[in-house]
Amino acid sequence: MITRFLLQNMDKRGGVFLAILLGLALLVPLSNLLLPASSPFHVPTSTMSLWGKYLCYALLAVSLDLVWGYCGILSLGHGAFFALGGYAMGLYLMRQIGSRGVYGNPILPDFMVFLNWQELPWYWWGFSSFPFAMLMVLAVPGLLAFVFGWFAFRSRVTGVYLSIITQALTYALLLAFFRNDMGFGGNNGLTDFKDILGFNIQAQATRAALFSMTCVMLAAGFLIARGIVVSKLGKVVIAIRDAEPRTRFLGYRVDRFKLFVFTVSACMAGVAGALYVPQVGIINPSEFAPANSIETVIWVAVGGRGSLVGAALGAVVVNWAKTLFTSGFMAPYWLFALGGLFVVVTLFLPKGILGTAEALWARRGKPDNAPAAEPAPAE
Amino acid sequence: MPIFHRLKHALVILVALVAASVASFAQTADEAFTRLAADSYSDTSRAIELLVSTAHPNAALIVEALNDGRLLAGPGGVAVKTAGGGFVDAKTGVALAAAPGDVKPVRLNNAVRRAVQAALGGLGLLNPDPAKRTAAAEAVFKSRDAGLLPIVEAAIGKETNPRALAALRQAQAAILIAKPDTQPLDRFAAIEVLRDRADQDALATLRALPGDATPALKEAQAKAITAIEGRLKLWAAAQNLWYGLSLGSVLLLAAIGLAITFGVMGVINMAHGEMVMLGAYTTFVVQELIRTNAPWLFDWSLAIALPAAFVVAGAVGIAIERGVIRFLYGRPLETLLATWGISLILQQAVRTAFGPTNREVGAPSFMSGAFELGGLAITYNRLWIIVFAGLVFAALLAILKLTPMGLQMRAVTQNRRMASAMGIRTGRIDALTFGLGSGVAGLAGVALSQIDNVSPNLGQSYIIDSFMVVVFGGVGNLWGTLVGAMTLGVANKLLEPYAGAVLGKIALLVCIILFIQKRPRGLFALKGRAVEA
Repeated sequence: MITRFLLQNMDKRGGVFLAILLGLALLVPLSNLLLPASSPFHVPTSTMSLWGKYLCYALLAVSLDLVWGYCGILSLGHGAFFALGGYAMGLYLMRQIGSRGVYGNPILPDFMVFLNWQELPWYWWGFSSFPFAMLMVLAVPGLLAFVFGWFAFRSRVTGVYLSIITQALTYALLLAFFRNDMGFGGNNGLTDFKDILGFNIQAQATRAALFSMTCVMLAAGFLIARGIVVSKLGKVVIAIRDAEPRTRFLGYRVDRFKLFVFTVSACMAGVAGALYVPQVGIINPSEFAPANSIETVIWVAVGGRGSLVGAALGAVVVNWAKTLFTSGFMAPYWLFALGGLFVVVTLFLPKGILGTAEALWARRGKPDNAPAAEPAPAE
Repeated sequence: MPIFHRLKHALVILVALVAASVASFAQTADEAFTRLAADSYSDTSRAIELLVSTAHPNAALIVEALNDGRLLAGPGGVAVKTAGGGFVDAKTGVALAAAPGDVKPVRLNNAVRRAVQAALGGLGLLNPDPAKRTAAAEAVFKSRDAGLLPIVEAAIGKETNPRALAALRQAQAAILIAKPDTQPLDRFAAIEVLRDRADQDALATLRALPGDATPALKEAQAKAITAIEGRLKLWAAAQNLWYGLSLGSVLLLAAIGLAITFGVMGVINMAHGEMVMLGAYTTFVVQELIRTNAPWLFDWSLAIALPAAFVVAGAVGIAIERGVIRFLYGRPLETLLATWGISLILQQAVRTAFGPTNREVGAPSFMSGAFELGGLAITYNRLWIIVFAGLVFAALLAILKLTPMGLQMRAVTQNRRMASAMGIRTGRIDALTFGLGSGVAGLAGVALSQIDNVSPNLGQSYIIDSFMVVVFGGVGNLWGTLVGAMTLGVANKLLEPYAGAVLGKIALLVCIILFIQKRPRGLFALKGRAVEA
């Protein structure tokens, strides 16, 4: 029933997007595992992991688009939720190392042995269990977002003020996670992972499975976000974006709607982080850097704010361009390109590449004097 | 045990030697040189004592050389290597053509170093320069060497300089406290002297009171320690307050331009930190030009850099406003993103032009050094930055309150549409405001170049703190920025001793996040009837 609810409001674009994701989830791992390396259709493992990373970013972008594109909350701290999810996964992976660490301690991770800690801190308890860790991937970012949003939305902190305090939030977490005393590996973070669910994390098949899982989770995140924005609740959320005071005067509890969307979005960001960590093999405090969160915003803006497919597309395109730029002789110019992208997109492409392309497509073939159909603010 | 035996043995021999040779000064001095040549730690210590107690004419020269590792000794004799690289015979003070053969530097260990310090103190007490005498007394104070008591007391009798006299009395008190056979009455007086001195060294000296002192003495000692600790705490608090004011003035400089642009245009300019950076690099360029073309102007380099930085940063600011921001009015979140993009471009441009490493910006002579005010250590650069921040604040206040442009800026801040209806060209005001805010950021860059690394990331490290100041203080009112900056600066530094630098900062960020819940528009919010600002 839920599936029907999710699928009945699917438009053509969403369908294409889901089909592509499904295709990627099946074909890429198959080609990687079954085809010989000489085949032109073979996807190397490194490429697969790279694209897995892009898709994690895409899920993060979808989660941000849900709050920014549909609810008008510009969060400059979504990287914090992403990183918290990643740390939850990292704790699980650290516990799986067991006694194979450098110091061979069966309980304590290497960095704790190094720092002379005697026992596991209480907040590490339970992370040897995969279901518990997955629960925490959702619960930790969700709870933080809930508490933070509860205070912020109730007292009607909006606009740039909200953006700035979300940035302060991720900055405070950055400073906190850099401390060795926190028990999260300090500066170096968590790395040297061995197993996930008993499978070797470096093995080709595991990586292929992780890639498929990322595609599936991105599709699921997309469906949930899509389900929210086309529902009646979604209409109120969009109304809040367009005229918050008016929605409030109409009798809606604006803060509760915002809180719901913000919390769901944070959980999605946490899942993205949890998928990201096993694929890149490390999580460290730099994921909390305010600059990362702002970069996430630009993915959404490039792809098209207020379009879930656009956000995912923007994340993939910008990161693909980043890889292209930073790996070649143009590396010193990447920041010029990124900075220019911020300016150009905000000035000339307020609807992002997807929105602009669609507007052009819609105008095609119409007589010039006909007023161009005012594109709906959202899908 | 063998060491003690050997020491004892050595002492017996030594006493015998001293007894035998006390009649002959030359013989004693000769013994000192023999012992130096032996190069064992105990012999070296004894040699120092001999040199001082016989008041050998070259004693100061030799002990200083020993302290610096320039004393060479061995079977070939004892020589001092002068700072200029020449050699002097230690015994006679006659210059030598070359180092005598078969000598090596006399080694030091901690015991010898203590003896050297004590000897330097004893020798310096008779120096004609009062500052040197004071320093020597200070050295004696720290060594508490009972053997120097007669010299100190003799020096007190002759001393005329009040500072040197006070230092000598403290040295005497320190020796009296530590010496095992002092009369209790003398000790009471000594405790009083130390209590008035009231610093860490006085505490350490008081704690050196031997354990077998009378209960009354111990009580006096405990009282004095409590009194000193109380005063030290007070001074430490004052020092933290000073650091806080210093940090607050830096924050004020960095944030005040941001507050102006935010107040007038409702836009958080993410590239503001880069304006600060541009100001710092302008200072660097100005100093480079002065170094190569007109070195005698160096002390004026900052005065020249100030207008230059204002113009450079202001011009870039106006260019940004005219080129980008004015197309984004009414969309503050998009403006935030665009200015972030500009900040990336500016950072990378500076990195390309000047390289990614820190650039060296020198301090003019009036900004280097420090002085002490009671228990406070105050550096001149921090002091000047506080003064400068105050001047900038006053100047901006004057511009806003006294000039037509300030009047128009305030009008636009309060009600843009009404101001426009009254004939104010709001677009022009926006550009000028942006230029002014950026120019002030450039001025901040000149100041920050004196206390921070001039690197492309300079702006990034201040931008979040500046935001905090602005959202905390509220907009449309410069006093809010002043109060915000000083509160954050002082709170940060007062939290540091209890929570550590990082935790203190985190606590402060959390406090601000909570504070914003209570007052979503900051401390000094503009009052108005608008539902949405």
